[in-house]
Amino acid sequence: MQVVRCHRISSSNDVVVSTLPLYRSAPPLEVRLEDFELFAVDRLRVLKGISDGLSRGKKPEEIAKLAMDLWKANMRYPQATEDVNKDNISHFVLRLVYCRTEELRKWFLSMETALFRYRFHSESSEAQRALMSEFNLPYKAVSNAEFESVKDKLVQVARSMGQTLLPADAIFYKVPFEEVSELVAGRRVFIHKGHAYVAMNQVVSIVVTQFRSHLSKALILTNRKWTSTIREQEKDRLTPIVEALCTSYLGPDYSQPKEFAEISIKDIDQIAKTSFPLCMRHLFEKVREDHHLKHGGRMQLGLFLKGVGLKVDDALAFWKAEFAQKVGAERFDKEYAYNIRHNYGREGKRTDYTPYSCQKVILSTPGVGDHHGCPYRHFSEENLRAALARMGVGSRIVEDVIDKARNRHYQLACTLTFEAVHGSSCDAGINHPNQYFIESQKILQSKNGSMAQ
Amino acid sequence: MTKDEVENGRDDMLIDGPEQANAVPDGFNANYLRIYYGKLFPHADIFKWMSYGNDGKHPACDKSYIGRREFSFTLENDIYIRFQSFNSASELENSIKEKCPFKIDIGPVYSVDPAKRHAYAQSGDNVFTPVERELVFDIDITDYDDVRYCCTGADVCLECWPLMTIAIKVIDTALRDDFGFNHILWVYSGRRGVHCWVCDGKARRLTNEQRAAIADYFRVYQGNENSNKKISLPGHVLHPFLARSYTEVLKGFFEAKLLSNQNLLSSEERYEKILEMIPDGSVAAELRGRWQEKKRSSMLKNDINVVRWEQLKHALQSGKQKAQGLRRCVEEIVFSFTYPRLDMEVSKHMNHLLKAPFCVHPKTGRVCVPIDPNNCDEFDPTKVPTLSQLLEELNRGGLRQDAEDEWDRTSLGESVTFFRSSFLHPLLKSCKEEIESSYNTKLQQAKNTLSW
Repeated sequence: MQVVRCHRISSSNDVVVSTLPLYRSAPPLEVRLEDFELFAVDRLRVLKGISDGLSRGKKPEEIAKLAMDLWKANMRYPQATEDVNKDNISHFVLRLVYCRTEELRKWFLSMETALFRYRFHSESSEAQRALMSEFNLPYKAVSNAEFESVKDKLVQVARSMGQTLLPADAIFYKVPFEEVSELVAGRRVFIHKGHAYVAMNQVVSIVVTQFRSHLSKALILTNRKWTSTIREQEKDRLTPIVEALCTSYLGPDYSQPKEFAEISIKDIDQIAKTSFPLCMRHLFEKVREDHHLKHGGRMQLGLFLKGVGLKVDDALAFWKAEFAQKVGAERFDKEYAYNIRHNYGREGKRTDYTPYSCQKVILSTPGVGDHHGCPYRHFSEENLRAALARMGVGSRIVEDVIDKARNRHYQLACTLTFEAVHGSSCDAGINHPNQYFIESQKILQSKNGSMAQ
Repeated sequence: MTKDEVENGRDDMLIDGPEQANAVPDGFNANYLRIYYGKLFPHADIFKWMSYGNDGKHPACDKSYIGRREFSFTLENDIYIRFQSFNSASELENSIKEKCPFKIDIGPVYSVDPAKRHAYAQSGDNVFTPVERELVFDIDITDYDDVRYCCTGADVCLECWPLMTIAIKVIDTALRDDFGFNHILWVYSGRRGVHCWVCDGKARRLTNEQRAAIADYFRVYQGNENSNKKISLPGHVLHPFLARSYTEVLKGFFEAKLLSNQNLLSSEERYEKILEMIPDGSVAAELRGRWQEKKRSSMLKNDINVVRWEQLKHALQSGKQKAQGLRRCVEEIVFSFTYPRLDMEVSKHMNHLLKAPFCVHPKTGRVCVPIDPNNCDEFDPTKVPTLSQLLEELNRGGLRQDAEDEWDRTSLGESVTFFRSSFLHPLLKSCKEEIESSYNTKLQQAKNTLSW
């Protein structure tokens, strides 16, 4: 792909077969410098829309529709051939932008894969079959004889997912189970002796896995090229654009507490009551009650407290004061202190870990004896009501919050709680526990300030 | 003992002299361990296992393979050393005998010798990263504390051990029949659980995502004390894997053993817990009413738990109960009390360390012996050989000229023999075949590209 100034785009003469490109290699096109940036921004709107939908816990069908609407709104040209060019160009520009760190790569990979999945799903079955063959998937359609022998199991799987019958022209593919991890994880396929029997409509999963794995490798290669040649070569032209493109899209990571830093352990009980979101409040209460937390809870609460401004020595004192009551001071020093210092980047590979965002908290899976994760997702309605009442949320709003949680809008539920507890609105919506804390402290301090006057 | 003392016969002393001299008091300490590692621990077998055939003479053998495997030792005083690696059987054996670790963990095979890891980057081209690792599972009975009443915490008894038997049967069958794995080793963890090592080449090369997917395939139990219903089985029918587990294992154990062993329905506190799982309040109320009345005259012969369970099943499965939520209620209750609960994190990550078989558990003194999945009903954790017991058996044998295979004259013999015949030899045979066939394939490919 060549980037030139002020030249018109020379359109390719290829006939486009499928509208869904696989981004195997950069297209041999010339692109105007302005379009370099504009195309990328338009695509980024689509990806960000998907990202937002996921964090807010929207249902998959809703996000799929949202993605397609955003795509139509931002990526369409009057001429179909131009569409494909914009599609390709914007993707490859964003590869440059998002190849540069592990976290950026992870985000871009997730969003592009999701986008690909929705677009693939909306293609006709012939187009889907054509795309499948482009992936060189060596999967055989199941022969009639074999089909008959496993048919009752296939029907059983379909019924377990709520489908009543297999379609009359059902085609199944036999693939090694490790190629369709998603389907295996959800028990959505019958597996036997290492082979999964995949329905045509599940083929999306196979194709998406391939897409993802290819893109993941490509991003690593792109990063290498970027660091070794491109960044330096383009330092007066493309590099500044690339570097600016991504910072506007990721929220603050709250790993460096700023204005409200310096909380000390004697204040902690008080601010836990007034300014902690429910997830952290619950963990905090459990630590005080049980004098213990399992690993998941220690990570979630520990990193949150770091973001809130608790210094490493105060953190060690806090955890020790609690844990020593259960396991003894010596055992604390031996088994737990190391990990706390690790979280602050004082041990091991010295990564400074960042506090978890709502998305990460919501996606975690607390098990037996755990108290982490998002309470709006995991608490039973009874427990959630009780917890909200303890926070001082009025009964009418509690119903509202429960309703949001029931519909899986966990962050909206938390936002409503915030608004009820503080008596003021939060338009941005809560998407990070430390954001909840900072906003809460802002309101409380301004109240104190005005009262003092 | 003097002749006087013997003849006066103090009651609390055994009169049989020679055995007294061999007696080894119960315990776990460095001295005992030294003898254990010196004479009993199967160093060579562990080495052969970890080599996966690469210690052979075939040209395709990867000589660097075993040296890239991480071991970690926990020494006396809780000193913990990671990233230990060995290039030969004698290196491994000597290091264990010299350091006398209280625990040995096995980690993954890395891209390079872990001892040289600092020379490599964390990301980019020249990486230090895991490349192979067995698929492992860890099942701990404390994760079932909310459904067993006989013990809590670290205790285990014959009333609740069936939960582990169930886990072995369900998981082992699925690993073989569904996933197609063959080389599977089950090991007693020494105190309160079991470990599983899946050693097929395909399993060792699984990525973290694939391991997570397999763990998710096995996961049914969700939630903890904060959520209400922890097992939810939606859908008109169960997935074939769950259905098979239910009919072949869970239902039988629940009705024949756990109902009575754990007295699940005999008192109000206990049956309330089960009634809570019924979404239809009126059905629960009806049962509650019946059980509170305690009409036991006609039922004296039968176990009250069994009788009440029949009543519950009838109430939920009889024709009139067609409501959605009740459809699978009986199964959900059985699953709650029996279905395996895995530690997901252990299985998901290639770099997770797991205790080696044949270690001795410091708190119980019991050896982590293999369990035969085909006979796991017979396994009794209270009869597993302890360190002191084995040393006593060695003493009884007296002095021997050859130092080979001393385990054979102790209770450990059975375990080592089983380990070899059931697991190690078939595995190594298969590894040899794999190495040879992939070598031949490569040769063939090279020939093909050369021909015009």
